[in-house]
Amino acid sequence: MPLYLNDDQTMLRDTAKDFVASEAPVAHMRALRDADDATGFSRPLWKQFAEMGFTGILIPEGEGGLGLGHVEAGILLEEIGRNLTPSPFLATAVAAVEALKGTAAAAIWYPSILSGETVAALAIDEGAKHNGKIAMQAQRSGNGFRLTGAKQFVTHGHVADLLLVAAKTENGTTLFAVPSDASGLSATPERLADSGIAARLQFDGVEVDADAVIGEVDQGDGPLARLLAAGRTGASAEMVGVGGGAMDMTVAYLRERKQFGVAIGSFQALQHRAAHLYSEMEVARAAVLKAQQLLDAGQDATEAVAVAKAMTGLATTLAVQEGVQMHGGIGMTDEYDIGFFMKRARVLAEMFGDSNFHANALAEAAGY
Amino acid sequence: MAEDLDTFRAETRTWLEENCPPEMRTPPKSEKDATWGGRNPEYQHPDQKLWLDRMAARGWTVPDWPKAYGGGGLSPAETKILREELKRIKARNPLNSFGISMLGPALLKYGTEEQKLEHLPKIARGEIRWCQGYSEPNAGSDLAGLQTSAEDKGDHFLVNGQKVWTSYADKADWIFCLVRSDKTVKQAGISFLLFDMASPGVSTKPILLISGNSPFCETFFDNVEVPKGNLLGTLNRGWDVAKYLLGHEREMISGFGLGGAGKDPLVEAARAGVDPILRAQIALFQVRAKAFAAMSEKFIDELKAGQAHPAQPSMMKYYGTELNKTRHELQMAAGGSDALEWDSEASHEGAAARGWLRTKANSIEGGTSEIQLNIIAKRILDLPS
Repeated sequence: MPLYLNDDQTMLRDTAKDFVASEAPVAHMRALRDADDATGFSRPLWKQFAEMGFTGILIPEGEGGLGLGHVEAGILLEEIGRNLTPSPFLATAVAAVEALKGTAAAAIWYPSILSGETVAALAIDEGAKHNGKIAMQAQRSGNGFRLTGAKQFVTHGHVADLLLVAAKTENGTTLFAVPSDASGLSATPERLADSGIAARLQFDGVEVDADAVIGEVDQGDGPLARLLAAGRTGASAEMVGVGGGAMDMTVAYLRERKQFGVAIGSFQALQHRAAHLYSEMEVARAAVLKAQQLLDAGQDATEAVAVAKAMTGLATTLAVQEGVQMHGGIGMTDEYDIGFFMKRARVLAEMFGDSNFHANALAEAAGY
Repeated sequence: MAEDLDTFRAETRTWLEENCPPEMRTPPKSEKDATWGGRNPEYQHPDQKLWLDRMAARGWTVPDWPKAYGGGGLSPAETKILREELKRIKARNPLNSFGISMLGPALLKYGTEEQKLEHLPKIARGEIRWCQGYSEPNAGSDLAGLQTSAEDKGDHFLVNGQKVWTSYADKADWIFCLVRSDKTVKQAGISFLLFDMASPGVSTKPILLISGNSPFCETFFDNVEVPKGNLLGTLNRGWDVAKYLLGHEREMISGFGLGGAGKDPLVEAARAGVDPILRAQIALFQVRAKAFAAMSEKFIDELKAGQAHPAQPSMMKYYGTELNKTRHELQMAAGGSDALEWDSEASHEGAAARGWLRTKANSIEGGTSEIQLNIIAKRILDLPS
């Protein structure tokens, strides 16, 4: 499979580009923030995503979805990143859909995800740094389980309809699909630096039925691995969009902005930094496409996914830092958009493990 | 189609198993272990010749060239499979050759049928070793400022001047050379000549480098007579050929950051134990190296599909060579005093230190990193002059 987009994928990219830029440009995010919107995203926009078929992008055709792959999901995520669109797309249509795939729980949740009624949130982190450690306990109780513990950094966790929760069971890890109205569950929404909202969740003996188990009891590592691979790759694609958007804004500014009587983009000091940034972003983009294609081919993508997440973290951080710096004073103002890119990049870099986490994982896999 | 490719893979695998000598499936111990061919080939091991001859007989030293020119006539998909299968058994490169990586593509694009038939099969079989006459003492990064002159003498050109940084000029049989055929204009007065290094008036002198080796030479031309038929492309339009060839040279150099087949010495060193700070630096380097490997694959796929931006080799060259310098700095740090030994047996004659020093030339030769960044800024990012 060649490492570039085929004709169908290029068509989808054009559609996604137009759709996201017209329906949810950066101004959309700014308006939500300025209104201090308590949801953190637009439900009507999410309905539009459903009408376009995007909520079912990874759901098999036989179950009503588009039956496409991670490359296609990533095409949409890149545009979401480029426009800084607040959206439950990554958690719901990518990570949750992948976790549910092939399990009995899919039949329960796919229809309402497809219709845009269900928004999912991922309750997998328990500390400030993503590390895969799970302290939350799920004890057998009657026909089901009782969940006790806490999770944090759950994007849209205060308004989601469905929570995917990883917990320790007797002989392993189990992944649960928990309806948000389960009793004993409380959510504290916190606004983040990028003006998005993530919740701290408290589970005080939350009772769930046996059919809340995704896959098999004690066998949660499989669906959790699918969730993480999809989430990491998807976040990487979104970061390519954020970094690419920041770079495009910056390069345009270098062409227009005049100092000392000439466009600042004619200065070699800035040209070289811009060219270096371009190189880093291209390399990151290739790493993401590699991971997406391996996932779609059903091959082992563990290393490629770690490389993609780590590399996009490095490249996008550079893109937003250079973006603000090269814009000069105006780059520091709230009125100008470039600062939003810096904030969003930081949040995405932290999500599902940052560059250091994934570099460390590579080192361990290589035996050092 | 897919079934044909499966068959091709199976047959290729069988053939390689039977024909690649075991010695050629071990990593080269030093630079000398590479096979360069030529009129006076130097082999460290008889299997080098065996491996070259067997691959050349199938046209697999240049698998995607047409069969008429000594190639394998393979499709892009088949070529990719062959490369994968070679990598799978960790096979050594059967032939290192500037003829293959640089001149060949330019001959295929700009050569007359006669020139192609004369030169390409010999390149494919490793019979003629080529060197490149580009840089001059006052024309390095400003390559088009070159002064080596070619006077029109009716049936031949009379070439006078000097080249520098001519890689392996002292070992090469023929040279592809940029000459000034019109002194009144800069880029539009350059021509591209091919000639025999044994021609009267050609002399070379090695330049000792900081690595203690001399891959580079000064090359002098004193009234060298070059037949008119040895002009590649159009008179005074050699700059087009030169730029096309530079793109291929940059592609070749950009591969340096990837590390060879087989064990990664950096990972081996890290496994043997390094402090946590160095471990972290190595891990972050691996992120970039593996991402760049994906970029290289993407770039090659795009090239084959005609989708690559013409200035993209500049990005590949820039990134690959900077990455390679970082790799060798880290290898030196991981190796400690062992890596500093200059000519001991244990250090394979100072392979680590000499390799480290050699990489410092990567970001200078073939156009400096700064020149590549200029090209990216102007031709890809469209920044103003």
